[in-house]
Amino acid sequence: MIWNEDAECMSREKKEELQLSLLKKVVKTAYENVPFYREKFDNAGFKVEDLQTLEDVSKIPFTTKDDLRKAYPFGLFAVPEDEIVEIHSTSGTTGTPVVSGYTKGDLEIWGECAARAIAMAGGTSKSKIQNSYGYGLFTGGFGIDHGAKTMGATVIPMSSGNTDRQLKMMEDFQSDIITCTPSYATYLAESLEKRGYKPEDISLKAGIFGAEMWTEEMRSQLEEKLGITAHNIYGLTEIMGPGVAAECIERNGQHIQDDHFYPEIIDPKTEEVLGFGKKGELVLTNLTKEGMPIIRFRTKDVTALREEKCPCGRTTVRMDRVTGRTDDMLKVKGVMFFPSQIEEALLSITGLTPNYQIHVTRPKHLDVIEIKVETSPELFSDEMKGLDALEANIAHTIHNKIGIRVNITLVEPESLPRSEGKAVRVIDERNFD
Amino acid sequence: MAIKQISVFLENKEGRIKKAVETIAKAGINIRALSIADNTKYGILRLIVSDNEKTKEVLKANHFLVKENEVIVIGIDDEPNGLNSALELFEKAKINVEYLYAFVSSKTDKAIVVVKIEDYESGIKSLQEGNADILTEEDIANL
Repeated sequence: MIWNEDAECMSREKKEELQLSLLKKVVKTAYENVPFYREKFDNAGFKVEDLQTLEDVSKIPFTTKDDLRKAYPFGLFAVPEDEIVEIHSTSGTTGTPVVSGYTKGDLEIWGECAARAIAMAGGTSKSKIQNSYGYGLFTGGFGIDHGAKTMGATVIPMSSGNTDRQLKMMEDFQSDIITCTPSYATYLAESLEKRGYKPEDISLKAGIFGAEMWTEEMRSQLEEKLGITAHNIYGLTEIMGPGVAAECIERNGQHIQDDHFYPEIIDPKTEEVLGFGKKGELVLTNLTKEGMPIIRFRTKDVTALREEKCPCGRTTVRMDRVTGRTDDMLKVKGVMFFPSQIEEALLSITGLTPNYQIHVTRPKHLDVIEIKVETSPELFSDEMKGLDALEANIAHTIHNKIGIRVNITLVEPESLPRSEGKAVRVIDERNFD
Repeated sequence: MAIKQISVFLENKEGRIKKAVETIAKAGINIRALSIADNTKYGILRLIVSDNEKTKEVLKANHFLVKENEVIVIGIDDEPNGLNSALELFEKAKINVEYLYAFVSSKTDKAIVVVKIEDYESGIKSLQEGNADILTEEDIANL
């Protein structure tokens, strides 16, 4: 089902017309109501009237995460504080947290976008959505919640954690859609397996997974183990939360709700705008947000945009699976790679689970990568040479795919930390001082 | 005649062997023989036990990675050249021994050897032709 056919199937021409008029409006509002933007635009010599075509968007200065941090907590609100009805925030694990404020109208739009995402995964007003994203300052739980309510579906607000209870509710309530991070979904699938459940014992039909990077290989495993279609969803605290973009049943790129968010791809170094199909850093602009509109936000997420109409009928621009972040790209022995590439290589080996950890150290001024991989029953051998061969095979596969030599250490199953939120995949202990 | 051996994957860190052995002990299972192969990072604990099903069950429940496979167990004369004469049978048949370990029991004069060879069938055949004393599960239960 397409939740909002008018918006999601609009012709590109009409969409661009709409985007331009919304852009003009939001840029003007930001300039007039937020001192930060006034100063930023003035310093860059950008005038609101300079925006006449979509090409002119490239003249508007970017907003970065640092800008948002400096404005902590409420410095970027474009409306009086009493009009803000909900606040979300990043965890602040990498610095000062970033806060976002939503007006009543913003929450309606968020609900609309999340409802479109749920519909893309096959959800309807009859769906029972087990929402296992964390509820709280994190946008995941509330975003799905707003969408489910907009849709008129039943939301089961599990939040994350308490796995035994998750499984019980899944069975007793016959939830048909599960929403959580892909690493928690993997953990739930493992736990179901361990308790002897088969995919047919539960009623799940679809999963909507996001808030961290994952791979096609992980998707195949989740789809098989849970008997579902697994849909990628995209969102970020700074812009909106889950629902900015999501995958339809084709599962071939995430449809960006481009009547609410204006997407661009730039070269992260030159900051030049790249065309469709080119890989680079995603830049997003809020077209309709009232509480805290963000103009040309540098997401640091690496992806590409596709303009071709999707076989599902939607015309919205699609973004590829995010393959990395400009800031979590690892540079080891001069080779740049993303942790997701390691995951892809690991999961191409039958029997390996997506439970791994990358340790980068620098003894004697040379980078050493050690990858801890959990051994599985399919791969375990009673002979040392069998395990040696397995380690060599994993190292060889990674060398083939990424071009770096790594040390593999097999560890016991379930010995690596499991996460109920975002998984910690990389431990970089290099000291460059 | 194939005897089931249980192998357990153990990370090379303190307390892991103890935890595995303790798990088996608490379930009232007797370990008849064991050996460990190890490198700097991990080891493989190989066991011949009194109750395979129960051993697998309790180890798995405690998150150990467990595998069951077939080995040959033979009785040899507990005297000089005892093991050598058994190995000669394999050598003659050009059979490669993957690993072996031995133990003695107070209930028999013979020494007991657990052997893993790549090609189980031809291993048995060469032992039978050499009239070796191949032990059955019953034999082992009585040790």
